[in-house]
Amino acid sequence: MAQPLILEPEIKLNTSASSRRQTQPVAWAYLREDFPILDQKVHGQPLLYLDNAATSQKPRAVIDALSRYYERDNANVHRGIHELSNRATAAFEAARVRAAKFLNARSADEIIFTRGTTEGINLVAAAWGAKFIKRGDKILLTEMEHHSNIVPWQLLAERTGAQLVFLPINGDRGLLDPGQLDEFLTSDVKLLAMTHISNSLGTINPVAEYCERARQRGIVTLIDAAQSAGHRPLDVQQIGCDFLALSAHKMCGPTGIGVLYGRGERLEETPPYQGGGEMILSVDFHRSTWKQAPHKFEAGTPDISGAIALHAAMDYLDGIGRDRIAQHDLELGAYAFEKLAALKGIRLFGPPIGRAGLVSFLLDGVHAHDVVTVADQRGVALRGGHHCNQPLMKKLGVESTARASFYFYNTTEEIDRFVEVVREIKKFFGT
Amino acid sequence: MFDDLTDLYQQLILDHSKGPRNFRVLPDANRTAQGTNPICGDNYTLYAKVDGDMVKEISFQGSGCAISKASASLLTESLKGRTIAEAKNLFNKVHDLVTTGNLDGDVGKLAALAGVHKFPARVKCAILPWHALMAAVEGKGETVSTETEKELS
Repeated sequence: MAQPLILEPEIKLNTSASSRRQTQPVAWAYLREDFPILDQKVHGQPLLYLDNAATSQKPRAVIDALSRYYERDNANVHRGIHELSNRATAAFEAARVRAAKFLNARSADEIIFTRGTTEGINLVAAAWGAKFIKRGDKILLTEMEHHSNIVPWQLLAERTGAQLVFLPINGDRGLLDPGQLDEFLTSDVKLLAMTHISNSLGTINPVAEYCERARQRGIVTLIDAAQSAGHRPLDVQQIGCDFLALSAHKMCGPTGIGVLYGRGERLEETPPYQGGGEMILSVDFHRSTWKQAPHKFEAGTPDISGAIALHAAMDYLDGIGRDRIAQHDLELGAYAFEKLAALKGIRLFGPPIGRAGLVSFLLDGVHAHDVVTVADQRGVALRGGHHCNQPLMKKLGVESTARASFYFYNTTEEIDRFVEVVREIKKFFGT
Repeated sequence: MFDDLTDLYQQLILDHSKGPRNFRVLPDANRTAQGTNPICGDNYTLYAKVDGDMVKEISFQGSGCAISKASASLLTESLKGRTIAEAKNLFNKVHDLVTTGNLDGDVGKLAALAGVHKFPARVKCAILPWHALMAAVEGKGETVSTETEKELS
């Protein structure tokens, strides 16, 4: 039975750039000029990059921020007294303040820089989980989680004797049933960890509602925002989660850096994750004391250039307006789904409407890898495989799917070309 | 561009992927091995009936892309009635063929796999059933993974 899709209320940003643009349409195709990499041919055809759910491309502003840092300001942070170190420290901490604003956190102290979403989730599992999850406790996940929001909890469950429980999805349409949530929120559930947007289904989960209902029962919540950060407004106070993890590289930033948001009181009760320099107050041969959050979670020299470039990426995205990007995503997702659904012999995954800007599909009798190989020869970059969703693939009864995932620099004309290539692939394999 | 694609997906490859030969369980097999590619989920089981030094019967089951399935199908056709030494020799030739495109001697229909070498990401697909075969005839009876194959470029 089809479930009604509950979308979160759109959050309006107060930045001048986005409010200025409220009244004028964004020239999406024009933004392509900000991305040097998009202007090239692949196998003799103009590149059509539709693998944005794996990683987005980077605008000139982000690439420039990286090289500017290394050309002018590079030094280690938090320890020097010299000018360059002061500059690097100021820029690094400014990035933290910017990330707090980007997520509407209460304080920059709630922002931890990580290597990415995966490390953020591992940090929570290893540090918070090891202290608060006990034998017999349950960790509630969903069937659409990425491996990075499953395996850290499996490792924790193995160590502690806790048990993992999965909220089911309703088959190929890929929706959770909010009506079922209460029966899963039993008194032994200590944590609900779920994805905001499914990387292979394109489902947008009503995370604010789920977090509120979990919170009413004293259950701690974690949101995997890898696919939603940079694609729609994100407000941790409106979502009401305890933790939220994201990766810079899926939102115009560089690889190797991400953000873990943690509610202040959660971070305070959480012991350090890794030990080392930067995170300590004092070290003796047998005993050490450490700093307050967020620094107690950031051992060693951080990815300074990455944080600074992430700052530039957040500025770039808010310059366009994340509410506008979310709308464009919805339009591209719906357009691609509708065009593909009109083909014969195709199986589509995820909700037909209200979906994120990505479409997973299978052609009858053609393996996803063969689809991706032929598409590549036409200059179209797709992803084929299990998308780090092996349990979900098993649930759907498939081994893999082909996936096209969009970002704001993609256009409906590009989707038309992509669908034409899918037609060619069907013809090539005689289906 | 289209030449590379038609080199990869030669008619013989498409034919074997759509209608794989010896695609069944071998009830009296005395050697089996499984081959999986954890990246894409390709998964095949090779069954062989080995008598002394001779591969008397060989079959396979499983699922995966056109390249891996055609490669497995061609493998079963090529190896029936061969000795284990010949099987190992053929493995080496196929390995060279799909990684470099170089053909050393006559490999019969297996020459259709030559186009794979232009598609580095697909070498693992083509070679997967062959790794499973080697595990089977060597009596290892274990699961082999494409991840034992070094990234080829």
